[in-house]
Amino acid sequence: MEKDELIAWENKCIQEESPECTSACPLHVDARLFLKETRKGDWDAAYKVLNKTMPFAGILGRICDHPCEERCKRGSIGGPIAIGALERYCVERFTGKKRVQPLPRKNHRIAVVGTGLAGVTAAWDLLKKGFVVTVFESGDRLGGSLWDLPEQILPREVITEEFSVFEALKADVRLGTRIDKALFEQICEEYEAVILDRDSLHGVDLSLKLDNDGLIAIDAATGATERSGVFAGGGTRFRGGFSPVMETLEGRKPALSIERLMQKVGLTFGRENEGPCSTRLYTNIEEIDPLPRVVAADTVKGYTEEEARKEAERCIQCECMECVKKCLFLERYRAYPKKYAREIFNNERILLGAAHQYNVFTNSCSTCGLCETVCPNDFYMGDLCLEARRTMLKQKFMPPSFHEFALQDMAHSNSEHFSLSRHEPGKTESSWLYFPSCQLCSTSPGEVLTSYRFLRNKLSGGVGIMFRCCGAPAMWAGRDDLFIESINDIRNAWEQMGKPCIITACSTCESIFGEHLPEMETVSLWKVLEDTGLPEGGPSIAEAVKSSTVSIADPCITRNVPATRQSVRRIVQSLGITIEELPLSNEKPECCGYGGLMYNANPELARDVIAHRARRVPPPVLTKPFSPPAGWYRTGLMEDTDTVYYHTTVNEHDYVAYCAMCRDNLAAHGKRSAHLIELVFPNVDGADPAARGWISWSDRRANRVRVKGELLRELGEKGEVPMEEHEKIRLDISAEVLRRIDDQRILEDDIRKVIDYAEKNQKRLRHRESGNYLAYYQPENVTYWVEYSPHGEGFKIHNAYCHRMKIVGTKR
Amino acid sequence: MNYSHEAEAWNCTSCGAGLVVTKVFFTYMKGNFEVDLPACPECGLVLVPEDLVRGKMVEAERILEDK
Repeated sequence: MEKDELIAWENKCIQEESPECTSACPLHVDARLFLKETRKGDWDAAYKVLNKTMPFAGILGRICDHPCEERCKRGSIGGPIAIGALERYCVERFTGKKRVQPLPRKNHRIAVVGTGLAGVTAAWDLLKKGFVVTVFESGDRLGGSLWDLPEQILPREVITEEFSVFEALKADVRLGTRIDKALFEQICEEYEAVILDRDSLHGVDLSLKLDNDGLIAIDAATGATERSGVFAGGGTRFRGGFSPVMETLEGRKPALSIERLMQKVGLTFGRENEGPCSTRLYTNIEEIDPLPRVVAADTVKGYTEEEARKEAERCIQCECMECVKKCLFLERYRAYPKKYAREIFNNERILLGAAHQYNVFTNSCSTCGLCETVCPNDFYMGDLCLEARRTMLKQKFMPPSFHEFALQDMAHSNSEHFSLSRHEPGKTESSWLYFPSCQLCSTSPGEVLTSYRFLRNKLSGGVGIMFRCCGAPAMWAGRDDLFIESINDIRNAWEQMGKPCIITACSTCESIFGEHLPEMETVSLWKVLEDTGLPEGGPSIAEAVKSSTVSIADPCITRNVPATRQSVRRIVQSLGITIEELPLSNEKPECCGYGGLMYNANPELARDVIAHRARRVPPPVLTKPFSPPAGWYRTGLMEDTDTVYYHTTVNEHDYVAYCAMCRDNLAAHGKRSAHLIELVFPNVDGADPAARGWISWSDRRANRVRVKGELLRELGEKGEVPMEEHEKIRLDISAEVLRRIDDQRILEDDIRKVIDYAEKNQKRLRHRESGNYLAYYQPENVTYWVEYSPHGEGFKIHNAYCHRMKIVGTKR
Repeated sequence: MNYSHEAEAWNCTSCGAGLVVTKVFFTYMKGNFEVDLPACPECGLVLVPEDLVRGKMVEAERILEDK
């Protein structure tokens, strides 16, 4: 990833954008954080938030005209938070000591003329930055029209106390100095820059150009007057009404301009968002209950502590997190896409091989695209992660374990054990080519063959068939070499078949072909079945299934394929079955953990993902603070929260899937789920396809081999691929052992290889008591261990485990 | 961890010898490790117990993959 690409990615994620209150505030006070501290009753922390941005928090906290409230998202759900009243409560109760730590003193001498709110703000900002400031005031006290405000709103001692800071910061304050043209000229001569408070100087002639309101004319962005080095601000009461917070901003602006002038940098650069501005932050308020504003029981004294905290509790702490709420992967790493993009960049460009702690993260994304669908700005983690995987491969730090098993499974599908393309028996050309997909053949071989017979009967022009993998695993693994090779092989085979129209029963294949083989006309099996009509007369599903209510478990890959989703629903309904939609369905399905090879690189996450889709489980309440992997930093917003972002969506109905992996993963985790092909083409009469349980990786491969054999026999060809020696070994494995070894992705074939090697070479250990053998063998990168004993004509398998660490040898 | 109990429980079928705990060397993703494990003193056939594989070894593999 290049730096500009990172910036583009970061800019797409809006989570860190300011909330409406902060954006509306001319000073950009962090009202969200202020309310968070207020809610906790941490008044020192709440005061600190105000004091960080406000020049005189004791004054402004009491008199601010709070434009923040107008844009508060609570406005439409019970009324805006009373931020103004809460600020007042906070500064009224604050009794702590105010500390000012100015920056090192600079030798620039600046004059501030007039001490309304704009003037004192400018003086304060400049003093804090270390400038030498002289303040000129014609009256006998600082503050100008602030003294005209009612005592109960702004007590006199507060003004005095707040302005005592000028003494502490060693400002040269000259009271009782009447400003006229002559003095102004003298000041301009004597000082490097001057700020004029237009509120105090209204009506005083300084020979400067005036605006329509009779105020000294300024440039709105910088506060610069027509005279070089002279800046001005303030005077809102002459322009439609006194706004304390705008007065403050108008003092702050020229102070910043002078700082830049002294530093000899551009006055206008990067100041677009100074003052009230818009924000891109999106906050979903759909599920937030309206709550009315807390009204102070004593309207004169204002909020009590309890009332203040209660009012602050209404704050919804605006943030986006739309994707994190829907994705367990994004939630698990406790941040959001903007941070993730930065971490992936650091992983690639800065840590470069030394400490690549984001490898598992990068390879855990299912690339399902739900983030993009729910993101107000279309951020797609899949693109980010897939590109990062390619980079990992190029930089040679992709651990082989992340994708090896999936790529071996793909290689098996494309080997002689399964791969095949044939015209319809007795025909020499094909108008159609059935591509049922490797994983559907793995799990529903009988239904695949039945549906093929049905298509041959219904469609004219010849219906050929092709068995192989579409290449998705290679694409997900970032293995462009393998993926392109696979795409080319499919194109060649399709061309040799005479460029027939592809009928695919797998939405992943449909998507891959649509994107990477657009020249191949591809249609889903479900669309074809709508045109041909459903089979009649053969075996039929049980009556109870026909009259049931189900939910459609859409595969994530059909997110952008409404036509397929609709076909599926119409077919299910035409079987008499009622559909009740899941909250995350249609364009918003989650992945089952297979997509993006999540199951291979991060099996624990994949298990949790499918468990959340399969079962109604309580939300994962964090009982102890999440400790991110080394190198992860915690995010500001999520730092001290136990917010559970990810929401599970499940219901009690059986599911109908139309992706083989979705169905098998859901079934393996205890959710009654059927594949649509099993509803349409049941193997036996009265079938209840959702009753089927899990299927092992070994059986998946065996089914592929079987479906090819049976098809070849149907076509009158020899259906057997010659068996290797070890493949003839008979195994006896209990269901419990099978599940355990399958979880470790150990195939029965791996076990046979170990036994074959151990028996031929006598390389095995024998247990003194049980007499069981224990042997190991490393056919490629993984070392497999098998504990077994001779049993009949084969072997009983007691246990198996595996590791990637290679045994080099023993000390001699 | 001490695997002398495992060493006593198994025999090498090829050499007929009992196992003795010795240093066994492993390598993975440019990392080298040595662990005291039972092995046949004659032919060097080793025993890597399941609890070691599922515990420390998996942990070490993960750290190397995502360090």
